[in-house]
Amino acid sequence: MIYEEVTQGSRTRRTLTGAARVLFALKLDGPLIGGLALIAVFGLIVLYSASGQNVGTIIRTIGRLALGTVAMLVLAQVNPNFLRRTSPWLFAVGIFLLLIVYAMGHIGKGAQRWLDLGIIRFQPSELMKLAVPMTCAWFLHERPLPPSWTSLLILAALIFLPVGLVAIQPDLGTAALIAVAGALVIVMAGLSVRFMAALMGLAAAGAWFGWSFMHDYQRKRVLTFLDPQTDPLGAGYHIIQSQIAIGSGGVFGKGWMNGSQAQLDFLPERSTDFIFAVIGEEFGLLGQGLLLMLYLFVVGRALYLSTQTQDTFARLLAGSLALTFFVYVFINAGMVSGLLPVVGVPLPLVSYGGTSMVTLLAGFGILMALYSHRKLVSS
Amino acid sequence: MAAGVHIKDHWSEQRLFDQRALVAAACMVLLTLGLLARLFLLQVVRHDYYAELSQGNRVRTEPIPAARGLIFDRNGEEIAGDTPAYQLELVPEEVPNLPQTLKSLVDLGLIRSEDLEELLRTIRSRRSFDSVPVRLRMSDEDVATFAVRRFEFPGLDIKTRQTRWYPGGALAVHALGYVGAISEQDLQHIDRNAYAGTTLIGKLGLESAYETQLHGTNGFREILVNAQGRSVERQGAFVPNLRTKAPAAGEDVLLSIDLKVQRVAEQALAGHRGAVVALDPNSGDVIAFVSLPGFDPNMFGRGITSSEYAALQNDIDRPLFNRAMRGTYPPGSTVKPVLALAGLTYHVVDPDQRHYCAGSFHLPGSSRIFREYHNEKHGYVDLDDAIARSCDVYFYGLASTLGVDRIAAFMAPFGFGKLTGIDISGEKPGLLPTRAWKAKAFARPADQVWFPGETVNLGIGQGYLTVTPLQLAHYATILATRGKIWRPRLVAALRDPLTGQIHHMAPVSEGEVTGISAADWQRVVHGMIGVTTRGTAAAIGAHAPYTFAGKTGTAQVFTVAQNERYNAKAIDERLRDHSWFIAFAPADQPRIAVAVLQENGGAGASAAAPIARKVLDAYLLGPDGKVTPPQPPPFSVPLKLPVPAPAPAPASRSATAAAGRPQSATGAG
Repeated sequence: MIYEEVTQGSRTRRTLTGAARVLFALKLDGPLIGGLALIAVFGLIVLYSASGQNVGTIIRTIGRLALGTVAMLVLAQVNPNFLRRTSPWLFAVGIFLLLIVYAMGHIGKGAQRWLDLGIIRFQPSELMKLAVPMTCAWFLHERPLPPSWTSLLILAALIFLPVGLVAIQPDLGTAALIAVAGALVIVMAGLSVRFMAALMGLAAAGAWFGWSFMHDYQRKRVLTFLDPQTDPLGAGYHIIQSQIAIGSGGVFGKGWMNGSQAQLDFLPERSTDFIFAVIGEEFGLLGQGLLLMLYLFVVGRALYLSTQTQDTFARLLAGSLALTFFVYVFINAGMVSGLLPVVGVPLPLVSYGGTSMVTLLAGFGILMALYSHRKLVSS
Repeated sequence: MAAGVHIKDHWSEQRLFDQRALVAAACMVLLTLGLLARLFLLQVVRHDYYAELSQGNRVRTEPIPAARGLIFDRNGEEIAGDTPAYQLELVPEEVPNLPQTLKSLVDLGLIRSEDLEELLRTIRSRRSFDSVPVRLRMSDEDVATFAVRRFEFPGLDIKTRQTRWYPGGALAVHALGYVGAISEQDLQHIDRNAYAGTTLIGKLGLESAYETQLHGTNGFREILVNAQGRSVERQGAFVPNLRTKAPAAGEDVLLSIDLKVQRVAEQALAGHRGAVVALDPNSGDVIAFVSLPGFDPNMFGRGITSSEYAALQNDIDRPLFNRAMRGTYPPGSTVKPVLALAGLTYHVVDPDQRHYCAGSFHLPGSSRIFREYHNEKHGYVDLDDAIARSCDVYFYGLASTLGVDRIAAFMAPFGFGKLTGIDISGEKPGLLPTRAWKAKAFARPADQVWFPGETVNLGIGQGYLTVTPLQLAHYATILATRGKIWRPRLVAALRDPLTGQIHHMAPVSEGEVTGISAADWQRVVHGMIGVTTRGTAAAIGAHAPYTFAGKTGTAQVFTVAQNERYNAKAIDERLRDHSWFIAFAPADQPRIAVAVLQENGGAGASAAAPIARKVLDAYLLGPDGKVTPPQPPPFSVPLKLPVPAPAPAPASRSATAAAGRPQSATGAG
């Protein structure tokens, strides 16, 4: 009778149970996949409007989402132990590729971020977004936590080397994100609160020092962030137009494809870095709030999964991946709404543009692998 | 490394991690709340502010220039019209690199390098979002040249504008004036808002004097623009509510000028320097207003180049100089009628007493000889003869007897030495000399005294006395009407372009010359009729189907030494005497008064008088050679002027074509 009840359950229930089984077999997490899918669909809807109803853009983005999903599926099947062992090698390969990029940039006399592999162009700095936290977690895996001073020094060197190479490309935004991904591993490993406070003091001093090393355009970004009105048609244009877009959207927005700022080209980078402003203009506070809640759900779920893993490497890496994702969201939304300076950070899974979408989904693949293989490790 | 002391404690590490994860989650929630607070500030608290900015971003107010009023002569013939033309316009704030852009336009041959500096000044003086014309009247080739490269020139566009078109070219140009691009100077005395969208402004003559009436009221249209400032049809799926105000076309200006007479006068004087002014003595209406040489005013509307302008300015014949009202010349013997009136009125002359003319005149106790023109000897002459045959000796004596004070006082009411008050600006007053004037005008005390010899010279209109051709024509009208003074005017009426209603402007009377008896008027007029029947201009007056009164004048440019004879052939052409003739006709019921000046034309009878006769004939005679009946005042009977039509609704696409007026059937330039 009991057996009968289960098989004779409602059609919906059977379908759900079936789906759960499939997900389990594929080492995937249902809530996380659901959240990501909702964000991606919302992103496609916004992108259709922001790109000026460009079907080609939508098709290319779907292609990239598919590629990222494949990467996620594949990586979810990988044994975390294998991932851990390959981390330092991945790091070494990444550094090597960055050096090649640096050398080519030196010859080509200009900014160089790409490696042309014939079929696709590949950004080694994107690889580093995963390789750096992996290597940091690998390094701390066998060591007692909280990390010792010696460990911290070695970790600092491990982070600084790729960050420096990316920063001189120059790509400050990505360099900062790589540094954040590495630093979050250390923070989650139990870095002392006092030490963090001291570091912040140092950072303030470093900011002053860094100012003297900045390119003019980078300084200008900082200055116009502090007061966008000083250069309304130049460097401040982005911030002003984006605030006009968001502010004029109001609570409910002007409606899909009715945002005048976006549709009449006033908003620059409207399908890439500034797409969050399009959401604000066309879907209002409700649309932006809804999207932020979805992001918070995804990050919260990812953070929860990280606490359920059973070894140091898995915990630290999963925690870092989850929190890095939030940092992306916060920096982009903060920059578009005028809270943070304009740095080239896309809105995860929504902004148009290739590599980061694939990297992000690959990261979630790794995260799910770390979580779903835990039983095998413990038993 | 202190590996031996520390052993990994998996449980405490898990706890530490869980703690940190919890703190991280709390931080994320707080940061997200911070973001939401920021969004709330933008979207709720400051929503109105940003909504307005967004509206300002996408909606631009574009002026619609009003069609400029047309100018017609008294027969309804168009003198100044509007014609559509392509022009290249530039919005300064949308041009990234102005000097580079202008240089590229020079390279394309669309503007001349010599005009760059002036153009740059004009652009800088305009508001950054106003469209400034950089090239007027583009040919089809120019339009094509630019069109294929338009993408290289953000902020530049070809627009169709109404441009001024003067079908007659130089015809009556010194009365008309011209329009040209609005300059830095013009901007100082116009309302910039009222002129937003207007590209041309009256610079001189009627175009300038009646600028307010001709200009009209510009309208505006709100258009949807994208970030590049280009007009777009719609935005996504949404079409906003845009406002439009139709422009009101400028009033048409209806002139008293009769182009038939004007043409005859210009043809008669063609090839010479000089002026012809013909007035209606009963109203002051200007019938013809000629100053030659002239120039083509279309040059200015098209955008005159610096070299063209320099050529006009440096021309030795001074085509830009309005001789008719700004040229001052000694009137010569044309003053004799007014002096005769003075003599009669002050009773210093008996009209029937005959004086002997031996060809020269001495003041008592002076050795200076005042000669007769060409050393003629008139024998015994009375007043009538003295006017008709222009006896200098008679008037030397008359002037000398009258004295400068009485002469100046008597001549002043006839308009000498003061502005006539014609309705275009720039007129010169000439000079009526007096003792007081001489005391002020000269620095050396010896020169400040009025000499008796100077009074003698005044008797034949020489010396310090100067007049403009307009003043002499005005003086002829006073003689013609036996004392009535009308202010000369070019504009008889204004017409509302929409209703077609004509607003007549009443002639302005400036009173009357009083104290002269009808008999004395008649004597002088009789003498002037004698000029054209048996006197100096008898050859010109011959076979005229009407009687007309006239007076020749010959104004010396070059002073002949006491013992020399004046020989026109021997001296330089430009030092020859100026030739004058004033006339009015018919003598008893005058309908037209005219003054003709031909610079360096020699004797009045030979050069100026034939021109005056042609002007009188053109005005008074019909095609059959007979005198036409008197005409009603201009525009008192309906004329075939272009039929006014209701203002068309502004078209949605051609944002700049002037609206508010039906297109008149003039050809494209």
